[in-house]
Amino acid sequence: MILPAVVEFSRLFLKWVFVIIMSLNCKISSSSGLNGTSSKMKKVKEPANSGWRWKRLVLFVWLIVVAVGVGFFFISGVFRRKMEVITLTGACKDNKSLVLVQQFNVSNDLLHELAYSFYETDQITALKCTKQLGDKLSTKHEITCSLKGPNSAQNAELWGQCPIHDDDKPSLVHEKVARGHNNGILKVCVWVLLVFALCALIPCLWKNHKVKIKPKEQTQTSSRSAGKWMKKLLVLFVLVGVTVSIWLFWYLNDGIQLRRRETIANMCDERARMLQDQFNVSMNHVHALAILVSTFYHGKQPPAIDQKTFGEYTERTFFERPLTSGVAYALRVRHSEREKFEKEHGWTIKKMDTENQDQTLAQDCDPKNLEPSPIQDEYAPVILSQETVSHIVSIDMMSGKEDRENILRARASGKGVLTSPFKLLKSNHLGVVLTFAVYNTHLHQDATPEERIKATVGYLGASYDVPSLVEKLLHQLASKQTIVVNVYDTTNASAAINMYGPAEADTGFLHISSLDFGDPSRKHEMRCRFKQRPPPPWTAILASGGVLIITFLLGHIFYAAINRIAAVERDYRKMMELKHRAEAADVAKSQFLATVSHEIRTPMNGVLGMLQMLMDTNLDAKQLDFAQTAHASGKDLIKLINEVLDQAKIESGRLELEAVPFELRTILDNVVSLLSTKSQEKGIELAVYVSSQLAEEVVGDPGRFRQIITNLVENSLKFTHDRGHIFVSVHLADEVTDENSLKIFNGSNSNTACNTLSGLPVVDRKKSWENFEKLSGKDLINESEKIKILVTVEDTGVGIPIKAQSSIFTPFMQADSSTSRTYGGTGIGLSISKRLVGLMNGEIGFVSEPGTGSTFSFTAVFMKKETSSLDTVLQQYHPDTSAFRGLRALVIDQKNIRAEVTRYHLQRLGISVEITSDFESAQSYRSEIDSSTFAMVLVDQEVWDKESGLAFLRGVESSTKLFLLANSINPAIQDEIKSANLVATVVQKPLRLSILISCIQETISLGNTSVLARRKPSTLGTLLRDKRILVVDDNIVNRRVAEGALKKYGAIVTCVDSGKAALEKLKPPHSFHACFMDLQMPEMDGFEATRQIRRLESMVNEEIISNNASPWHMPILAMTADVIQATDEECMKCGMDGYVSKPFEEEQLYSAAACFFESG
Amino acid sequence: MSSVLQLQRQFIDYTTSLHNEGYLDNQFTELQKLQDESNPDFVTEVVSMYFEDSDKLLNNLTTALQQRNVDYKQVDAHAHQFKGSSSSIGAKRVTNVCAHFKGFCEAKNLDGCLRCLQQVKQEYIFFRNKLEALFRLEQQILQAGGSVPMVE
Repeated sequence: MILPAVVEFSRLFLKWVFVIIMSLNCKISSSSGLNGTSSKMKKVKEPANSGWRWKRLVLFVWLIVVAVGVGFFFISGVFRRKMEVITLTGACKDNKSLVLVQQFNVSNDLLHELAYSFYETDQITALKCTKQLGDKLSTKHEITCSLKGPNSAQNAELWGQCPIHDDDKPSLVHEKVARGHNNGILKVCVWVLLVFALCALIPCLWKNHKVKIKPKEQTQTSSRSAGKWMKKLLVLFVLVGVTVSIWLFWYLNDGIQLRRRETIANMCDERARMLQDQFNVSMNHVHALAILVSTFYHGKQPPAIDQKTFGEYTERTFFERPLTSGVAYALRVRHSEREKFEKEHGWTIKKMDTENQDQTLAQDCDPKNLEPSPIQDEYAPVILSQETVSHIVSIDMMSGKEDRENILRARASGKGVLTSPFKLLKSNHLGVVLTFAVYNTHLHQDATPEERIKATVGYLGASYDVPSLVEKLLHQLASKQTIVVNVYDTTNASAAINMYGPAEADTGFLHISSLDFGDPSRKHEMRCRFKQRPPPPWTAILASGGVLIITFLLGHIFYAAINRIAAVERDYRKMMELKHRAEAADVAKSQFLATVSHEIRTPMNGVLGMLQMLMDTNLDAKQLDFAQTAHASGKDLIKLINEVLDQAKIESGRLELEAVPFELRTILDNVVSLLSTKSQEKGIELAVYVSSQLAEEVVGDPGRFRQIITNLVENSLKFTHDRGHIFVSVHLADEVTDENSLKIFNGSNSNTACNTLSGLPVVDRKKSWENFEKLSGKDLINESEKIKILVTVEDTGVGIPIKAQSSIFTPFMQADSSTSRTYGGTGIGLSISKRLVGLMNGEIGFVSEPGTGSTFSFTAVFMKKETSSLDTVLQQYHPDTSAFRGLRALVIDQKNIRAEVTRYHLQRLGISVEITSDFESAQSYRSEIDSSTFAMVLVDQEVWDKESGLAFLRGVESSTKLFLLANSINPAIQDEIKSANLVATVVQKPLRLSILISCIQETISLGNTSVLARRKPSTLGTLLRDKRILVVDDNIVNRRVAEGALKKYGAIVTCVDSGKAALEKLKPPHSFHACFMDLQMPEMDGFEATRQIRRLESMVNEEIISNNASPWHMPILAMTADVIQATDEECMKCGMDGYVSKPFEEEQLYSAAACFFESG
Repeated sequence: MSSVLQLQRQFIDYTTSLHNEGYLDNQFTELQKLQDESNPDFVTEVVSMYFEDSDKLLNNLTTALQQRNVDYKQVDAHAHQFKGSSSSIGAKRVTNVCAHFKGFCEAKNLDGCLRCLQQVKQEYIFFRNKLEALFRLEQQILQAGGSVPMVE
């Protein structure tokens, strides 16, 4: 019943404890988790953290203490009470009163009997006694008195016993009280000790914590140490519990033993006392009998007592001496009186049968068979005897050795004397013979033995049946079942004679009480022991077992809890470790990707370069095709690698945007020119429009901006097949919210035929940005400084399947796996774009309809550049374009939007544009054409119609140049024009500034031949020609190689061999255009040199800033053998503009140099 | 003429074998490409420069490693120099050993460094011999009136 309850309780308790500890732990782990995630928070969190830890420990300790306390209190409280109840046995009291009453009764009876006996005797010898009535009365009185004496003495003794008992009891109570006190004190002591231990422990723990908080990996160690401490505490607790239970067992068991011992001692003493008392009472009776004999036998002449009277009297007063088997009186007969005596009594004094000595008093022993006593000094023939022992009459008691000694001792001492025990034949019990001497005179108390011997006239003997005596006594007492009583005669200490009781068996304690039967020469004792061995001390076992169980239960609970905590903490640590590892792996992955990408890039450049060269050699068509394919693949691979590199960079958070001024339009032109080949190949019209509201220059990261646009346009290119267009438009974000300003671009809104570049329907571009949260730019913190642009890339491609639209910006995710098979690519571009847009504080979105096309839009925030003039770029790179300023052009295009694009480009050159939709309407400008107001007429190829076109053109003055805008050159049209003897310059779309300029320039300046404008890409040779370049390298071989390489491209190279020398050379003013700087140099490395150069420049710039001269900024390129991310960043950080890998590779050198020597 | 052709073929074979065996890499080809009319002795010039430089560096390395207390920074700097010039010249194997050398320097492993030094010396001597042989071939071709073919 109890055990399940305990188990249930313990389970609940476990839960409770666990919940508490877990909650504490949770807080700790959460805070430590915080620690892990944000190192800044660490310091703030620490005290709270440790506080919690501390509290948890205190709670834990408190729980243990409470558990121990409750267990201890419960057990000590409940069990002790039970124990005390057991001890309260009123047996002795009852017994005492019983005995007392009996003794009184006995005395009373004795008195009555005596009186009666005398009365009878008086009746028999009526005359003899009557005159002595008064005397008799006095005697009676005397007897009463004499009886009273012992009685009162006994009473006194009995009462004395009671007080003793009373005394005992209080002392017992005192002892108990004392023990109780002891208990209390013990408890208090234990508590105090516990408290002290706690007090000692807590600072210890606290200190430990303080110490352990200091290390950085405090979470780990402290939690581990907390676990260790908890385990230690647990072990301590269990040890304490076990100790307590052992102590409890010992304590309770001791109490039980003590009580048992006390009980047996009490009982034994009580029994001994009673036995002694009863014996004494009996003895007193015998004594009284002796006096009676002395009085009535010897005191009367002739004796008033004869055998008959004696026998009768003794028989009738037998109840007084229930323990005597019989009394007899032997007369002292001297040898001289023997004959007289024998004659008198008519029998000879018989000698006791020595062989049969033990059976002297046996009944069947016929005295007649006995031999007459041999001659001796004295004889003690029995003359009077109780009926039961009448056979011993005439036997000389002096002839028995024992009896003789007894007699001699008795008469010498005047007291009752006992023989050693012997077997009584009749009852086969052990008995003793009590002998009293009877004196003829009343002797004084302190009479000498000689006087006594002299006065001796006879001896009264009584045989006691000790076993019966004890038996009877024990019968009167309670709990005789429980104890075994042995009575021993220990006169001879070495050979004690067992007078009563079974043979001794060892059953535990033995209590010995000495018995005083009134014979100082004989010693008797009573040995008591319990009948059964003590039962196992169940209470102690149960109590201590309970404590032990509770301890182990609690121990188990806490152990389980601690283990669980440890497991959870371990798991947590493991998770953290895994997390760290995963993060590290991620970083490593990015690093790896970056490195590997770079490493792949380098050889790939070689491959590509070689392929390029291969294609320049004499190849047949097939070989050329193979080579071209390989080249294209290589380029794709390089692109992919670059993308992966970017992705890795962005993922590892290393990508930082530049903030340099750049021209949006130039960037867009770059993009267009980059992708023009592709678009031309595919026959897709590519066009760019930039809103005139946009400033020419903004501050931002041109590279990344270009990357985004390139990505989007490439993406569109990829998914647009053979027809349609890709239209990139750039507006101010604020602009698009205004409907009117965009109306020409919203052709698809109206139902009038698709007013798009290619005339194909497109999706509603507005939808692509309708999800943008911050489109209108009103929430920009500082609107005056920032500019938000919206770029839209519209295509007429296959569109994105609806189900794939949600994952379009996930890296490596394409619409579906078949897409990658069809279109190739990794699908990483959009993801990168999205991230880049994010970095530019912009948003990206799209709208797509399968079959119709997609439109991607994104916003980007740039800084405004304060001073910007429209012509900076043009003037810088195309100084001749100023000639175009103020010219007028007529654009004949049926599509508004396309015409707008053309207008946009022409306007950039300062050419004002008139637009007309076809040749018919162009006639309205006839007069102006005739008056040569228009410097040029631009006709879209689509509008071309042989008849009307030729008709129109024939009327055009030769000064008015004709341009044909075409996606792909249509030889038929050209032939038609040629046939009409007209000159038309074909401007291949996509339109861009450089193409336009070159075309117009050629046409206007040369003004004749129909050169199909095909702008040659600038090569390294053109790029570096006549540029003065400083090469800084400490390695002479490297220096020479770099010099050789750069010289090959026409550069004028100066070499220096150290950073210091470079500093000297580059001290403004100087004439160098660029500097190639080795990074790792003795004394002053490339970084330091660059920093110093920049410092010098800034100092100079400060001075010249007032002069309005352009500031110095020497392009410095790092030369490094191992380009890794870190180096790259380091380069940028210290003010370098880029890097080239050593040894030089044409492509890379070109791309690096192009940044500085070419724009546009 | 046939001897020229033969020599040229021999030259091509030899260069290819040098590439294949890893003595040379593309950088050497690049160097050769840099050599043109305006700069006729570019390769020879650079290579002889490299040999001079390398002899010096090897000497430096040997002495630096013989010091009681080896200054690994110094050794590393020399090794770096050597590596840089080797990679510029296209001495691939020497470059690789130099990279190992640098690794041992960073680990301050004297045994490794000494072993590497031996290796570097060996590789360098190999390279030098091979290159000298190549130049001899080149000279022969030129003497025979042929032009040195380009090996891609």
